[in-house]
Amino acid sequence: MNLKLRVWRQKDASKAGKIEEYEAKNINPHMSFLEMLDVVNEGLAQNGVEPIAFDSDCREGICGMCSLVINGIPHGPDRGTATCQLHMRKFKDGDTITIEPWRAKAFPVVKDLVTDRSAFDRIIQAGGFVSVNTGCAPEANAIPIGKHLADPAMDAAACIGCGACVAACKNASAMLFVAAKVSHLALLPQGQVEKAARVQKMVAAMDREQFGNCTNQFECEAACPKEISVSFISKMNQEYLKAFKGDIL
Amino acid sequence: MELNGKIPPGPLAEKWDKHRFNLKLINPANKRKHEIIVVGTGLAGAAAAASLAELGYGVHSFCFQDSPRRAHSIAAQGGINAAKNYQNDGDSVERLFYDTIKGGDFRAREANVYRLAQISTSIIDQCVAQGVPFAREYGGSLANRSFGGSQVSRTFYARGQTGQQLLLGAYQALSRQIGIGKVKMYPRTEMLDLVLVDGHAKGIVVRDLVTGKISSYAADAVVLATGGYSNAYYLSTNAVGCNVTAIHRAYKKGAYFANPCYTQIHPTCIPVSGDYQSKLTLMSESLRNDGRIWVPLKKGDKRAPADIPESERDYYLERKYPSYGNLAPRDIASRAAKEVCDEGRGVGELGLGVYLDFADAIKRVGAKVIDERYDNLFAMYERITGEDPFRSPMRIYPALHYTMGGLWVDYNLMSNIPGLYVIGEANFSDHGANRLGASALMQGLADGYFILPYTIGDYLAVSGKVKVKADHAEFKKSEEDVSRRTQLFLSIKGKRTADSFHKELGLLLWENCGMARTDEGLKRALAKIPVIRDEFWKNLNVPGEGQEMNKSLERAGRVADFLEFAELLCLDALERKESCGGHFRQEFQTSEGEAKRDDANFCHVAAWEFKGVGKEPVRHQEPLVFENVHLGERNYK
Repeated sequence: MNLKLRVWRQKDASKAGKIEEYEAKNINPHMSFLEMLDVVNEGLAQNGVEPIAFDSDCREGICGMCSLVINGIPHGPDRGTATCQLHMRKFKDGDTITIEPWRAKAFPVVKDLVTDRSAFDRIIQAGGFVSVNTGCAPEANAIPIGKHLADPAMDAAACIGCGACVAACKNASAMLFVAAKVSHLALLPQGQVEKAARVQKMVAAMDREQFGNCTNQFECEAACPKEISVSFISKMNQEYLKAFKGDIL
Repeated sequence: MELNGKIPPGPLAEKWDKHRFNLKLINPANKRKHEIIVVGTGLAGAAAAASLAELGYGVHSFCFQDSPRRAHSIAAQGGINAAKNYQNDGDSVERLFYDTIKGGDFRAREANVYRLAQISTSIIDQCVAQGVPFAREYGGSLANRSFGGSQVSRTFYARGQTGQQLLLGAYQALSRQIGIGKVKMYPRTEMLDLVLVDGHAKGIVVRDLVTGKISSYAADAVVLATGGYSNAYYLSTNAVGCNVTAIHRAYKKGAYFANPCYTQIHPTCIPVSGDYQSKLTLMSESLRNDGRIWVPLKKGDKRAPADIPESERDYYLERKYPSYGNLAPRDIASRAAKEVCDEGRGVGELGLGVYLDFADAIKRVGAKVIDERYDNLFAMYERITGEDPFRSPMRIYPALHYTMGGLWVDYNLMSNIPGLYVIGEANFSDHGANRLGASALMQGLADGYFILPYTIGDYLAVSGKVKVKADHAEFKKSEEDVSRRTQLFLSIKGKRTADSFHKELGLLLWENCGMARTDEGLKRALAKIPVIRDEFWKNLNVPGEGQEMNKSLERAGRVADFLEFAELLCLDALERKESCGGHFRQEFQTSEGEAKRDDANFCHVAAWEFKGVGKEPVRHQEPLVFENVHLGERNYK
């Protein structure tokens, strides 16, 4: 199939960017979206044009490094699928595809389609963990955890930290990302000791990074490649209220 | 020269305990005075950086990805082994040790493997305490499943995302230390050289992948946790960024490279669909718990799988290995798949595939249970191939997946360069000539959480007092070398991209140094690699500039290193004139087509010393001494 691409090109964070048009010819429908871009880049390089910069690593939907807004939708049209697992069979011959980077104040563009998502790392550094040093763990089966807790904790923990939730939100809110980690650890017995301080610190960090607030549009859930439920946002809000009642911070 | 692995004396079960007692300690107040560089943030690197910082050391952690959470350990699916014996099925440290030694075809050190088995149980405790959401039984206890090469259920898992959950546990521990300032994190930063001062590893030279700036970092010791080199073959299950650069640079600075020919080809990957393909995707080995592997009995049978009756199917693993069946070890299952495809019985468009069929399991326990057990894997398969594995069997084929070889290290995980430690897949490790499923996660975390943090103190207590700064002449020299090389890539202005050379090299290696190797094929590859390399340096095209983010430039550097390293890989395969584990030489097989070891001549580790590009490296040996296990023929029948 043959496609027309409209791609955001931006030299670096300090320069203005703009949309450029490229042809993608003889694309095999079994290709992944990123393999299609590889083929386009190979052609650009041969014609002396600098290839389109984009992030990707594992290419199996788990590392969270890939990040493209495709025709206005983070990770493209396929639900529950990261860009690297999106395949060209989802498009038609003759389609025009617009490709942009994540758009959010907290995720500045580094180059072309590459953004800086270190704000997410700083939120985790603020409290997204259980403070247990190596070596001081009790015997693993000493902490029985029922499936009714283990399963939803795993659902929340499946977050790959890609940032699609932020890119999809009109407020550029990071609530789904933060809620996923808060809920994962708040559901498990291991996370109880620090749960009040954790939610307070993580939410404070989220605000510092200038992510917006949640206005219940649920675009984040629709864009999430791991289909993480917005019900975790309610869970986080609950934890947040309880934390202030306990007045721990 | 004979290498000394510094295996402690005494009975096997007491070695590690006694050795720990003999290691020198550094008091807590003095730990603060030491700085350690850790390169790589996968399971081994993140676990080490976090644990060292908890102990009080100052840690500098580097990764080329945009966040430490992205390292390729994240993609491990199936699980992590531990000798907990929770299933009451007769597991023990002794049994995990024996399975691992045997699985590795008796080409690993007894003492290392025994220590790994001993530590395995603490790893599970640690990860559970961090909040890793392992699968549970209804009563709340931890669940297990079986993996290849073992007859007990000792694999702990978190759906099909075990690597992700373990890595996030380590990443969170690391993040805690970054947050309190004990670890300084450098993401999007690639190590391009190792710096030695007076023979000791004292730092690294890196390139900032955003600004292109080349700079130096000095420390009292350097830890490499930079993963394996499967991507030498271009197509592998590794992430596209995985590379050999860090360990190859260390090799060129004098670190010995051990057993590079021990590469693992994983039997259950989604087959190649075209020449545009950028990577191959693994389907977890855990699927072999419920899936049955088969091909049509007749050659060239093009009927749909559902139209082929039972009597015309060949469940070849169950037929050849009745006691292990579909759970035969990876090297054996891969070769068996290649054999049936070579016979013309392969399935799929290219005939390079076998069926992995869940019909029986779905009939037995229902589609819902299977969906819960493997969840994302079935969806992933459908996304990539457009076929639903609940309706028709998966098609799978072997692909490069893991490399058992790596930099040579002693029992303390220190290379032959004092102060240079190598952990995780980057070292030549505990897996011998073949790694068992669910053992990579175990080894990475054992090295990072429970071995390196003790052994590195022994070195620092004596040699860590000599302080070197990053303005030392050796650093400046290294920086100049790296800058010159970077400029060279940009100035060639030829016609081919780094990727096109990489594909050419990958195909050459797959054909001549893949699942079945011959003297003739290896010599052909060894003759061809320098030709590709010469053209690379004459006809490479790297667009863009050096002082900016330039992904083509990053690729070029990694491919240049693969082009040098590939020669070592083939040379090692040529010189090891026996078959063992993942290294299968056509000339050396039993009458039944199994790998035939030559214990009289090759019961040793081969460790290579660099002598210059295009020059023959020197092959050193470390004899493998087996005092506790009998070197038998691996039998999975």
